Amino acid sequence: MNSLTVSEEAVVEEPGFPEDQESAIILDNIGVRYRVSPERIFTFKEYMIRRVQGKVRIQDFWALKDFTLNIRRGEVFGIIGPNGAGKSTLLKIIARVLKPTTGRVIVKGRVAPLLEFGAAFHPDLTGRENIYLNGALLGFSHQEMVEKFEGIVDFAELWDFIDAPMRTYSSGMWARLGFAVATDVEPDILIIDEILSVGDEAFQRKSFARIRAFYERGATILLVSHTMDTIRAMCHQAVWLDHGVMKAVGEVENVIMAYRKGQPE
Amino acid sequence: MDKTIQPQIYDSSERGTPPVEELRAILKYRHLLTQFVRRDILTRYKRSVLGVAWTMLNPLGTMLILTIVFSRAFGGSQSGYAAYVLSGLIAWNFFAQSTNAASLHLVWGGSLIKKIYIPRTIFAVSATGTGLVNLLLSLVPLLIVMLIVHVPIRPTVLLVPIPILFLVMFSLGLGLLISTIAVYFTDVVEMYSIVLMAWMYLTPIIYSEEILPEMYRLWIVRLNPMYHLIELFRAPMYEGRVPTLSEFLISGAIALVTLLAGWLVFTENADEFAYRI
Repeated sequence: MNSLTVSEEAVVEEPGFPEDQESAIILDNIGVRYRVSPERIFTFKEYMIRRVQGKVRIQDFWALKDFTLNIRRGEVFGIIGPNGAGKSTLLKIIARVLKPTTGRVIVKGRVAPLLEFGAAFHPDLTGRENIYLNGALLGFSHQEMVEKFEGIVDFAELWDFIDAPMRTYSSGMWARLGFAVATDVEPDILIIDEILSVGDEAFQRKSFARIRAFYERGATILLVSHTMDTIRAMCHQAVWLDHGVMKAVGEVENVIMAYRKGQPE
Repeated sequence: MDKTIQPQIYDSSERGTPPVEELRAILKYRHLLTQFVRRDILTRYKRSVLGVAWTMLNPLGTMLILTIVFSRAFGGSQSGYAAYVLSGLIAWNFFAQSTNAASLHLVWGGSLIKKIYIPRTIFAVSATGTGLVNLLLSLVPLLIVMLIVHVPIRPTVLLVPIPILFLVMFSLGLGLLISTIAVYFTDVVEMYSIVLMAWMYLTPIIYSEEILPEMYRLWIVRLNPMYHLIELFRAPMYEGRVPTLSEFLISGAIALVTLLAGWLVFTENADEFAYRI
């Protein structure tokens, strides 16, 4: 995967579609269309009034267009691009949250998104109760979580507070528990959306070590970041997205170089 | 973990009909369902001294007030007015709370379903599940009040799971319909609370249908699905009689049609939700 240009038509290597044993994620000609109304209508009342006046306008907006990519098992794949480039939309397609408007996506294995560290935690529940709740969100049974419980609390270093309601936790403790749960479930595919700055330095080092351990075990990792050093340090391959279109894909260094060149001063 | 060794494969082009897929998904995520119900029940009472006892005391308090205020006006001919009100009230509360919570939970869960795949019906199903736990707990004070006001408890109470099942089906169906609309328009949740209040007074809960003039009875009462469902609940519970076959059939049909309609409408639209919420 060395070919790369910065022209309008990005040169992409053969993605090996449709059947490649090695592939973990296959995206074939994906398009995602958002229907947005320029004047956001939130209330039923407003909608009815505008409807009567014949003022309901809808615009199409393509967050991703003709996107084809093949990610192999065990790869750490970086996604870069400016805000609004379609990076999060791409992750949502892979996490099965959005259904693509056109094209086909195939994902092999269990996907775990790193939820904005504990987005699903409930403040009135104890840390213990929240671990089981979050585990269930990721599709694990109570029994399976019983086995993981100790490891999670060990990693988060929260034994002293595990039976206290989470509203008494500091934001750092909250984030540590979130990271511990999300990464202890041993997913086949881990999605990380610009959130590697959790906790203090020691905990960050632990987080990096854990992510490294993931790919040593053969998991596929998707990493969105604006920090090129992170991408460089962790990824095998990268893709540069801009306005829903793939601009470059391949070797990390080349993609970053192309991306830097493509940026206005 | 052994059972997950065979990798699960998600292929966006290989999806069956949404209503069936969703049913399969909700069965697969049953652990999350119990976690959601647990969370709802725990968090509701966690910070209160009396805890779960509130589930039982809450309808009791309402009943007490209603009995004091209205027993003269509405209950003159009614023996055991307190038990009459309470039996109607706990069935109504179940319905009102589950349908309302279904839409609230989905809007709340918006931040979740934008980040992670979970079956979208889980919010309505867990809201109904929480309501069901509360309903079953409320049966305890109802039986106590019946003893106190000398309303005989007959073996027919054993039939009560059937009307409860119909109530669950109806509430889930309507909850799904309302959540579908609530995804697109947030004010629908507020509107629905107002509708609920009017609906409650149009349903013979605190008064008996006999006090209504004949002409209103047809329109207000017979066309009101909740009238049939509450009557079916009251018959074995409060009146101590076995409901007639036609009573069973009418309520059953209402429940089934509403559930199917709600499930179909919701699941056909569910793929859009993550774009909208």
